[in-house]
Amino acid sequence: MKPEIFNIIINGVGGQGQLTLLRILAFSALKENLNVKWSELHGLSQRGGSVEVHLRFGKKIFSPLVCQADADFILSLEFQESQKALYYADSKTQFLINETITPIPGEAIPEKEEILKFLEKFTKKIEILPASKICQEKFQKEVLSGVFLLGYALNKKFLPLKKESLFEGIKKVIPEKYQKENFEAFETGFSFKF
Amino acid sequence: MVEHPPYKRGVGGSIPPGRTFFMKEILFSKKGEKIIALGNEAVCRGALEADVDFVSTYPGTPASEIGNVFFALKEEIKKIKPSFHFEFSTNEKVATEAAAGAAFSGLKSLVAMKNFGLNVASDFVHTLMYTGVEGAMVMLVADDPSCWSSAQSEQNSRFYLQSAHIPALEPSDVQEFKEFTKFAFLLSQKYKIPVMIHSVTRASHQGGILKCDQINLKDKKGFFKRDPKRFSTMSPRVLEMKKQLFEKIEKIKKEAENSSLNKTFKGKSKNLAIITSGISFSLVQEALSRLKINLPILKLGFVYPLPEKKILQFLKGIKKVLVVEELEPYLEKEILALAQKARLKVEIIGKGEAIEGARLWTGEKGKRKAILPQIGELKPEYIEFAISKILKKKLLFNYEEHLAKVQKIETITRPPILCPGCPYWYVVNALKKIVNVNEVIFGGEIGCYMLFSHKAINLQDYLYCMGSSIGVAHGISKSSSQKVICFTGDSSFFHASIPALINTVFNESNPLIIILENQTTAMTGHQPHPGTKGIKILDIVKACGIKHVKEIDQTQNQKEFEETIKEFLEKNEPAVIIAKGECALLKKKKQ
Repeated sequence: MKPEIFNIIINGVGGQGQLTLLRILAFSALKENLNVKWSELHGLSQRGGSVEVHLRFGKKIFSPLVCQADADFILSLEFQESQKALYYADSKTQFLINETITPIPGEAIPEKEEILKFLEKFTKKIEILPASKICQEKFQKEVLSGVFLLGYALNKKFLPLKKESLFEGIKKVIPEKYQKENFEAFETGFSFKF
Repeated sequence: MVEHPPYKRGVGGSIPPGRTFFMKEILFSKKGEKIIALGNEAVCRGALEADVDFVSTYPGTPASEIGNVFFALKEEIKKIKPSFHFEFSTNEKVATEAAAGAAFSGLKSLVAMKNFGLNVASDFVHTLMYTGVEGAMVMLVADDPSCWSSAQSEQNSRFYLQSAHIPALEPSDVQEFKEFTKFAFLLSQKYKIPVMIHSVTRASHQGGILKCDQINLKDKKGFFKRDPKRFSTMSPRVLEMKKQLFEKIEKIKKEAENSSLNKTFKGKSKNLAIITSGISFSLVQEALSRLKINLPILKLGFVYPLPEKKILQFLKGIKKVLVVEELEPYLEKEILALAQKARLKVEIIGKGEAIEGARLWTGEKGKRKAILPQIGELKPEYIEFAISKILKKKLLFNYEEHLAKVQKIETITRPPILCPGCPYWYVVNALKKIVNVNEVIFGGEIGCYMLFSHKAINLQDYLYCMGSSIGVAHGISKSSSQKVICFTGDSSFFHASIPALINTVFNESNPLIIILENQTTAMTGHQPHPGTKGIKILDIVKACGIKHVKEIDQTQNQKEFEETIKEFLEKNEPAVIIAKGECALLKKKKQ
């Protein structure tokens, strides 16, 4: 059963491919004849700063922004960033987190258990994957961890979209010379098991 | 000493800021085709469907994509329409003047800028409104509530509409961005007056589905018809012009009264109604659909001039009206005045008191009330909250408790910082090595080097607009015995720094000015500027009368760079170092 409206937050560090992932998902939703709106940020919010983008699809969408405590799915491309999305999290929220840490200059790296403890105050549905590590080892390209996680999320039914639509999304958004590796990363994520 | 930080820029920094996807679709999509696009990209499509002849801009987020799209498509457009012209102008004032010149010559022009750009252009714009144009001219101005991409202020550009009498439209969604742009060209052509599309970050940078119409580009040469009464403002003619401007605004107001851009949605309640516009309308719809209630809404497409009769008609018999808009109350004040003049008994609710609103919504103090904040952007849940409170309805969710739970968690802050390999790191390291940083004042400016404020760098004692670091440095130098080192970028240098530089010579002060010539407009996405086309900053600096000037690639000749800082700090006259290290991202892009 498809929900009426599906709310996604993708966050991480500038340069991790949030804008690309947004467009893959938006195009997939368009292919499924759904209404889709998203909200992204440019400029100062990049340059290694935190980036948080919103995407909503469904039958009828008004706001491009996800409401407080109303995210169905939060994809955090960096571990520490996951706690910054808690404003959108509640018991229904599924977290999928890339187990990579981008240190903040001058700040100590927090304990993973500490972050997890915070997240669990909001939702029990949390999965953490070493996506960057896997993509670095397998493809020598960490940036593929985004599509890897999309593949994983789809297989685990965290995303109410069809595989064909996401394929079309990747085909549409990713420049041709990078498509092969992106499809491979997506499939690797799709069939990944702990 | 600051070394390059142990951080990796995301995963490779493969996407420079401001990259626009699906560029060609904006030009080549056929009538009826549906594409996904940003609000700003829809403006470009709308301008193309209106057969725009001339586009000028100075890059500034959240308006940058307009320039990026036309820059990328320029050659393709010229294949169909050889007369088409696009330019990144030296600043927003010049861009506006260029677009006006094109429109004086009978062409259709578009100029795009962020909020602060309008400040730069406003000197020209106030007079431009008096004369109007001959062809058509549309201005896109994008504000940035919450300062997502702005360091200077949370400027509400709507107040310029009244000050300069600029007819303005506010689109809500991607489709409207295209339709309103096309309509703005028609309106401008009909009344021979520039028309503004007023936007905000969340409107311009919202993505959605865009249904395209026909593009029919025609080659066109402009012609400036001489007429001493038309574009030359001298007293007493200027006062006649003001009268003519008022007459135009009066006619446009009549048009606004009957325009389908102002939409009334009949609701079921007489107790509460909503007046809103732009992106706020989408948020209102979201809030109402979540609350499953149906209230009357007046959605204003025209925010200047306002359709006063339509507003009064809407208010009749309504007990309370909530005005939903971002930042300082603009519509609310207008509606209050209208209602009072018409002696309506309606209660108008909007922002309330400024400070109180700010505290309430950041969770700083007490319980939230049925008012909206003047600081920061709106969120749909704020509106939902306000409506629930006014109607004394039970809240859908305990937002306050949830917020308190979120705020209890001390979360990380990750301020942006210079990229690894950025040539500015060499400047930072040299200064930290050579200069007693506690005894010198450091003047910042708008560009990547405003990241010198990062606590790991800490070389920024003041920050204002482009061109201001030298101007302020001069004032400090003249008033104190402190030494000032101030920074300006290359694009900023051409934008607004030259008059301030000349002033240091003319009025004899002694700051050390470091021009960071990274050979691009990096922060907004690597747009070209005059320096990238061979206009030499060194020649200009010399021509301004600066005696102590050196051009050094700080990444290659660190020793010379350090020695020069030492030497120039001793001078009792203004001195300039041009640090020529190229932007690291651009270097990578070229490889």
